[in-house]
Amino acid sequence: MIHIPDFAHATTVQVIFCFLAFITVITAFLTIFSRNPIHSAIYLVICFFSIAGHYLLLNSQFLAVVHIIVYSGAIMILFLFTIMLMNLNEQREVHRPRITRLGAIISFCLILIVLITIFINSKPIVGEYDSTGEDFQSIKVLGKILLNEYMVPFEFASILLLVAMIGAVLLSKKEKLNK
Amino acid sequence: MSIETISLSGRKKVVSNKDMSFVERLYLVAIVKGLVITVKHLFRKKVTIHYPEQVREMSPVYRGQHMLKRDEQGRENCTACGLCALSCPAEAITMKAAERKPDEKHLYREEKYAEIYEINMLRCIFCGLCEEACPKDAIYLTESKVLVPANYNREDFIFGKDKLVMPLEMALKNAQLKNAN
Amino acid sequence: MESAFIIEKSVVIVVVFAVTMIMAMYSTWAERKVAAFLQDRVGPNRAGWGGLLQPLADGMKLFSKEEFFPNTPNRFLFVVGPAIAMSTALMTSAVIPWGDRLHLFGRDIILQATDVNIALLYIFGVLSVGVYGIMIGGWASNNKFSLMGAIRAASQMVSYEVAMGLSIIALLMMTGTMSLKEISLQQQGMNWNVFYQPLSFLIFLICSFAETNRTPFDLAECENELIGGYHTEYSSMKMGFYLFAEYASMFISSTIISVLFFGGYNYPGMQWMVENVGVNTANLLGIGALFIKICFFIFFYMWVRWTIPRFRYDQLMNLGWRILIPLSIINIMITGVVILRHEILAALGF
Repeated sequence: MIHIPDFAHATTVQVIFCFLAFITVITAFLTIFSRNPIHSAIYLVICFFSIAGHYLLLNSQFLAVVHIIVYSGAIMILFLFTIMLMNLNEQREVHRPRITRLGAIISFCLILIVLITIFINSKPIVGEYDSTGEDFQSIKVLGKILLNEYMVPFEFASILLLVAMIGAVLLSKKEKLNK
Repeated sequence: MSIETISLSGRKKVVSNKDMSFVERLYLVAIVKGLVITVKHLFRKKVTIHYPEQVREMSPVYRGQHMLKRDEQGRENCTACGLCALSCPAEAITMKAAERKPDEKHLYREEKYAEIYEINMLRCIFCGLCEEACPKDAIYLTESKVLVPANYNREDFIFGKDKLVMPLEMALKNAQLKNAN
Repeated sequence: MESAFIIEKSVVIVVVFAVTMIMAMYSTWAERKVAAFLQDRVGPNRAGWGGLLQPLADGMKLFSKEEFFPNTPNRFLFVVGPAIAMSTALMTSAVIPWGDRLHLFGRDIILQATDVNIALLYIFGVLSVGVYGIMIGGWASNNKFSLMGAIRAASQMVSYEVAMGLSIIALLMMTGTMSLKEISLQQQGMNWNVFYQPLSFLIFLICSFAETNRTPFDLAECENELIGGYHTEYSSMKMGFYLFAEYASMFISSTIISVLFFGGYNYPGMQWMVENVGVNTANLLGIGALFIKICFFIFFYMWVRWTIPRFRYDQLMNLGWRILIPLSIINIMITGVVILRHEILAALGF
């Protein structure tokens, strides 16, 4: 069953959602298609911003801001940093053999089919919103849930990050000359 | 007394390479000391001279714009001998000589005078060699106490006699001063 | 949403925007004045009394300058750079409480554009985006000095954001909230956070110097090594935007320091004033108190700039990664122990 959107009577949220979705998809495509690696990184940043906008639409401010801080603010800056240092040119583009391209297209199509079937068969949750008066977006509630109910995954994630950090330090450390 | 211990200024400091202590390595004390020094300057007397309103006092031997002098009777000293032009290392001076008419005796001291006397202020380096060379005490850089002003056109930097010759009143005043003494 | 509310918020936003602009404008004047005074000079004093019209004259000059484009394939990004820098510098002021409330026209006016409960995270988010302006501008200039400036700015900002965030965590453990309004309210009287978290304050101060690209950490734009760094190729108002953004972010970070550590709009005896003199007078005085604190910190920025020479790049990175980050982690641990001291003592059997 395909739902046809009613453009004439769209609410503000729907208009904003369409706008954000448009930007997200367009910039995501531009990230892949633009020849200049820096342009592609900047498109990705815009894409991240519009995804943060989606989070805001879902009324999850914390997630939106953390998404901006972590992805746009730290990871993409480091990305841009390395790209700028590497001085990639358009001429030095790597040409992949045709068979890998074909393989990529086929696997993408397979994933697409799986996703589409999942989405078609999934049922939208129809229910009333409970208004408990509690602000589930406040960091207090989030922190309590993270450190009580989801303590173990949270700690696992932090250990994973710690290991990654130690690994990065070890990789970048100069080896002492043993003489 | 060995040479290492002599300090003529009394401010000699021996540089040492000793390791800094922990407190010194924090640099916080040093930074606060520096901040105190700079904030003291906030309340010091300012050394600025507000130029157009206040003019810095000139040294008596300051070499500014040239002046072609007149004697006590208001006659021009210059005889257009050309020694100043000859001595000028920057070749800034040109002149054209003319003979004094009998009715011009009150204007020029010598029988020959400079009809045109021009100094190119863009070339002049204010070395004062023209002043040294002049046999007639006619050109001085120390008298006018004027800085050569800036201008927009190159032509305006060629100073003729209209700008260089000492004003008549100044000559008369000098004469009065001399008589009074 | 009632229209009065919208009007109220719009007025607050416009006033905050105008005040930020004016403060940034006069920071340029104050910078030159302070620099001059610390060096026994008088500074600008021709345009207006004491040179007070100097910022206007500078602005006029920048507006009337030729707009120069370097030979770059990225004209669009070249223009976007200063725009990002400026807008991120101005965005932060939305969550700052400038005062408690004023009672005007029969309604309470909250002197804050918006009171979100993730205000501090929002500030960090905006700060971390701010570096894009420098990076994009520096890269689009197609100039190696600009690129050097951009790269230095990026690595410096990313490194110091870590220490800054960690230093704030200790404070957050104490306050238990991220809303700047609540943090200000908790510091009533002389209950300023700086007395409880001096180490956190010191680290935050150092990091905010690095985040605003001010001397001793102005490696991104050091005049004598990189000819101005990322804004080498900029002219006219695009250059003006970069300079203006720097001063605006200096104003904002002074505000954040005053709100987080120096009690915001609180001053000793504010409660007494509210009860005895009136809400409006007391809160206007509160705004005045906040601005006095802000002005002191702006002065402090300038004071440090004309005292301490620039760090070397490796010194900068050493300070950030090897000193400030461990220090702030230690600070977090100490704070945790102090907060849980009763539980710990009980567990040990005392």
